[in-house]
This record gives sequence, C-alpha cells and structure tokens, in this order.
Amino acid sequence: MTQRIVIDPITRIEGHLRLEVELDEARTITKAYSSGTMVRGIEIILQGRDPREAWAFAQRACGVCTTVHAIASIRAVEDALGIRIPKAANIIRNMIIAQQYVHDHVMHFYHLHALDFVDVVSALAADPKKTSDIQQSLSSWPMSSPAYFADVRKKVQAIVDSGQLSLFSNAYWGHPAYKLPPEVNLLAVAHYLEALDWQSHVTKIHTIFGGKNPHPNFVVGGVPLPIDMNGDQSLNAAKLSVIADSIAKINQFVDQVYIPDLLAIAPYYLDYAALGEGLGNFLTWGEFPGEDIADLSKYVVPRVLILNRDLKNVVVPDPRDFERMKEFIAHSWYTYQKGDQAGLAPWEGETVFNFTGPKPPFQQLDVAGKYSWLKAPRWNETPVEVGPLARVLAMYAVGHKPTVGLVNVVLDKLKAPASALFSTLGRTAARGIETKVFSDLLTGFFDELMEEIKGGRTETFNGEKWDPSTWPRRAQGFGFMEAPRGALGHWVVIEGGKIKNYQMVVPTTWNASPRDHKDQPGAYEASLVGTHLAVPDQPLEILRTIHSFDPCMACAIHMIDAEGRSAGEVGTGFNVVCPD
Amino acid sequence: MSGPDRAIVLGLGNLLNRDEGLGVQCLEPLRNRLGSVAGIEILDGGVLGLDLLPLVECARALLILDAVDARKPPGTLIELTGADIPLFGRAKLSWHQVTFQEVLQLAAMRNRLPERLHLVGVQPADLSIGLELSPEVAAAMPALIEHAAAVLAGWGFYG
Repeated sequence: MTQRIVIDPITRIEGHLRLEVELDEARTITKAYSSGTMVRGIEIILQGRDPREAWAFAQRACGVCTTVHAIASIRAVEDALGIRIPKAANIIRNMIIAQQYVHDHVMHFYHLHALDFVDVVSALAADPKKTSDIQQSLSSWPMSSPAYFADVRKKVQAIVDSGQLSLFSNAYWGHPAYKLPPEVNLLAVAHYLEALDWQSHVTKIHTIFGGKNPHPNFVVGGVPLPIDMNGDQSLNAAKLSVIADSIAKINQFVDQVYIPDLLAIAPYYLDYAALGEGLGNFLTWGEFPGEDIADLSKYVVPRVLILNRDLKNVVVPDPRDFERMKEFIAHSWYTYQKGDQAGLAPWEGETVFNFTGPKPPFQQLDVAGKYSWLKAPRWNETPVEVGPLARVLAMYAVGHKPTVGLVNVVLDKLKAPASALFSTLGRTAARGIETKVFSDLLTGFFDELMEEIKGGRTETFNGEKWDPSTWPRRAQGFGFMEAPRGALGHWVVIEGGKIKNYQMVVPTTWNASPRDHKDQPGAYEASLVGTHLAVPDQPLEILRTIHSFDPCMACAIHMIDAEGRSAGEVGTGFNVVCPD
Repeated sequence: MSGPDRAIVLGLGNLLNRDEGLGVQCLEPLRNRLGSVAGIEILDGGVLGLDLLPLVECARALLILDAVDARKPPGTLIELTGADIPLFGRAKLSWHQVTFQEVLQLAAMRNRLPERLHLVGVQPADLSIGLELSPEVAAAMPALIEHAAAVLAGWGFYG
C-alpha cells in the first residue's frame, strides 16, 4: 500500500515546482517525481535579434537571477565572435560575480532555508540573556546585548500577535522535526532581520559597476564603466572607496554572523548528514577565469565532472562536445523531430511544446508518460547535480587550499566523516563554505584591480569587434556562469549578424529535471528517496532537502491580487492519494 | 501639510510575458509625458523581489505600476491606495516566489512603509511568452500614464 503525496503550491499562473512522492507504510519516500510547471520561452524571443543585446532579454528570464543570465549571455557572444576582454574588465566581472554569490547565499540562508530548521514561534520562549551569551561565544558581532535580543523578541511577538506569520515562509511551527533550543531560534530570527539591512550595503558593488540599480548594465567586450580617477561618471577614487567599504561590510557579516550561525545550527541536525544527496554525480562549468577565459587552468572553481563520488579521478567536461552534452525529453512536454528517445545538443536544440498532461486541477501526474515542462539535461546520458556542493567538491578535488581548509574545519566541528558532505547538510554547509571562499576572493580581486589602476592599465572595453561587419557569416559560442544555484550554460548560434538559435540550460533544469529516456531520475528526485516523514501532511523534511538545492523555478511571475486573496500555500492542494 | 520632496515610481513585471511586463513598459512613455520633474525617480523594478526592499524603504512617496489581477475585464484600469494594497504573504517553495506584497509586508513590519503608497495598474489579458502587450492593455496605456501623472501631481510633482 503506497501513499502518494503531492506538493504543489498553487500560484496565479501555472505552479512553480510540483513534487510528487510515494511513501511506504513506514512513511519513508520510495519514489519522487519533480515537475516544473512553468515554461521559459527565452529562446523563442531571442531568435533574429542582435546578439549584442541578447543579455538584456536573457537577464529577464528569471526575476532574481538577472546578473547570472546577463554574464552567461555576453560570454557566449564573446566566445562566438572571438572577443577578448581587457584584464581590468575581467577583474570587475569577477567582483560582480563574487558579490552575487555572497548576496544570494546569505539571503537564501536566512530568508528561505534557515526557516526549515528554525522555529520562529519557539523564539518567543527564549531568554535574552542566554541568547546574548550564545552570540558572544560565537563571534565578536556587536549586536549581542541582552537588551537587543529582548527587543527582537518583542518584534517577533508583535508579528505573531498580528497574525502575519506567513511572512516567515512556512506554516509548520511546532513540528516535531524542529530541534533548536529557543535561544538559537531567537538568534537566527534576529539575523533574519539584520540580513535585510545588510543587503543594502551589498548591492553597492553592482550599482557602481553596472551604472544603475536595479538591473545594472552589461556590455559585450568588457564592462560599461570606464576607469578614470578624474571623471565623475567613471570609476573614480570616491567610488572605489564605497566599494572597499561595501566589501568590508560583506565580509564582516559572513565571518561573524552567517558562518557561526551555520556551525551553531548544524549540530542539531546531524541526521541530515546521511540524507538527501541522491545521485553522487556532479558537474561544474567553472568560474572566476583569469585574463584568458579559454585557459581553464586559471579558474578558481575548476570545470570538472565528478562521477560516483570519486574525487580522485575527475575529468574536464567539454560543453561543446555534442556527443555528450544533450537534453532529453522522454518525460518532458516537448517533441523532437527525431522522436522521444533522442537527445539533442543545445546548439541543435529544439523548443517545440507538446503538452499532454492533465488539465488542472488534477490529482496526479502521469509519471509513466511526460510530466514536466523541464527537459532532462544529461552529461554522457548520466544525470548530474550542479550547485554549491558540486563546486565545493570540485575545488576540494583539485586541492584549492582555502576550500580544503574550510571543509576540514567544518567536518571537524561537526565531528562528521568526509562522506557527510554528500547529503542535505553537506549541501547547506557547502553553500556557507563557498560563500566564505568567495567573499575572501572579493578582497583579492579588489587588490588586483588597484594594481591594474596603479599601473595605468585601465582599459575596460574592447571594441575591435563591436561592428557586425567584422563578424564571420556564421559563428557559435558557449557562455557560462556558475550561478549561485549551479552550472548555467548559454549556447548561441549567430548567422548574418543575427541570433539564429539560442539555448539555455539553467541550473535548476539539471537539478529539478524529470526522468530521462533511460528512466534515470534527476537530482531532486533522487535526493528525496529514503527520507522519512514524521507528519506526512507537513512535509518539512522534503522542504529541507529541496531548499538545500535553492530551487529557482518560474520565478518571474507576479501580480497583485486586488482582493487580497491568498493563493494557497505549500500544503494547500496537498492531497494524500491512496491508489486502489 | 508639506508634501514629500521625493517620489519613486516603480514599474514592476516581467517583460517576457506580454501583459505581465506592463509596469516596466509604461516607464518610458511616462518619462516622456512628465519631462524632467525634480524629485521623481522612475525605476524599473522588474521582478526582483526582495532586492527592492531598500528602494521601497527609502521612499516617502511610492507609486507602483503593475499588471493587477482584480478579476475584471482585460484592459480595466485598477487603482489601489495605501491601506487597500494587500500585504499578505504566503508560504514559499522557492526564494524566487517572494512577491512584492511581501516586500511591502516586510517594510511595514520594520515601520518603513512609504507615507504615501499608490498602485495604478491594468487587468491583463495575455501572459504568454512574448514582448508585445495585448491590444486591450496597449489601448489602456494612455489612460494609465495620465492616471500616474495625476497621482504624482496630487503629491505636488507637476510634469
């Protein structure tokens, strides 16, 4: 007798991510199905456009990940047209990317993921004095007095009294799977609120380098901001000092708040060090290139493929290898001219919709057939996981010293074996580890930039191939960014000065993909198997693992419901289906 | 009573989903309509979610332009002021589901809501993939621009 549980947040437009899991009699997940119920049509919009403006459309593909798509797009076009960017421009891009990681990861941790482990209501029972003692034992962060925590507790009380708890994401307060003492809960809630203030310091880097915020500018061939100490619309001494101050604030929060919190919370949830990994295969496209983006040996995050958790024998995947980089659609709502069993490389990609699913509202997907709007990207017909865990394992595998050191500190602190990395907790820890590594990189990049400026090497734009008359009749390119959520690839084909074909394979497509032509599950689907649910209609355990991936689905739809009607919640539309 | 010295106009929505991009699409026509008026900042908020919180919190007067689902016929102009704008949140599966209401709710919780808050929008007809507004919504655009200008004039900003 299996139970089928469906988690499908009802949203105004088709849902985001729908998960169906099957439970055995002991309430343990035996099978999981992940369905992306939103389709992206960026490829259709970009055909026939000027490749130099593709980034401006690509960045709208996802509401929040604007920077990552812009960077992957300009890199794809530069790759196709053989454009080399100046060294200073590369350093500035690396700073923008590092900032993006830190901002995104900290906000994800406090505003989405921490609440899977932190019980906001329990914080009301905390003793402010004890909370203060814990904070002072963790770090030298200044906001740590008993009076301060008493004040935070009062704020939380006001939120609870006003019935606006929905702000805090989920509705499972009091669930038996919450294990933290009230004081640690209060600490985390205080930092949830502090992170909101912190983010206004963080975005200054993007505002300055991109010339405006929100939606900073990017340019094929470099960065749009000239360096001129005497200009007022350029990168000058005053702006450099704002950036230096911003980096200091970023680093302080990571060092004194985020990492200590992670290490304070994790020991209460060590059961998640043995749960939630799944595939054991990991892929990175690599990040933080040196001056020559074609020289893979200079990347901080290497471009690697890890199979079966084997960190000793990693290989370098070639994104231009059409035989291995393919997307499959056996269980996806698309058709290929070559049929459902075929796989297509992104440069040959086809985006032809073929919805065969049930009309909503429906109880269950037909998982034997097609059941998702996501294609199934595979490397050499093998499913892989992408994201922070993949990157930390990649840096660890090639002996990146700061990463190796931090991984060892974390494992030691948790008294956990190295195998604990391959888990939900490992994934969440990896996000923290890379945040620390990348925030430290920011300081290094800033120093590098100052060296370039001192040496008078201030070019930030290479316009040699700006004019389409200099382009070949046909060109194709690959652009990437290791987005916060994982390896992002953009593949572009340019013909006669216009975009002929454009395909994206985004991190969540790798991770949230449905089964493929060989019935192999994707990373989400594999990660949930074996997880036990304490209370099936409050599947907190599922959220913990799925949130550890930081899903990014159909993030770009929002309107205001004029009548203030709630559009449901995780757990609404939740039904336990007992098959006959 | 003295009016605010600065106002922010924030256009929201996704340009890639036709009418969903309305709030962003009308910023340029609004700029042209107003000319240069001291104290008004016209910003493209896209669908940035929580990143917009610092912007919202620094505004004393905030005018939001957006597609609004009020279950009215497509192209209907919709207007909401301060207290009528719902601030509910909802449970999230993804960080990317942070809606603008939640941004407002967080600002309210932190006692940093703009003193003047106004939303002008249009009921959408078509949210499919594409860059063009539907005919119904495109036809409502001039009225939306005039309406936005009138709200700003009411706050003492004359274009």
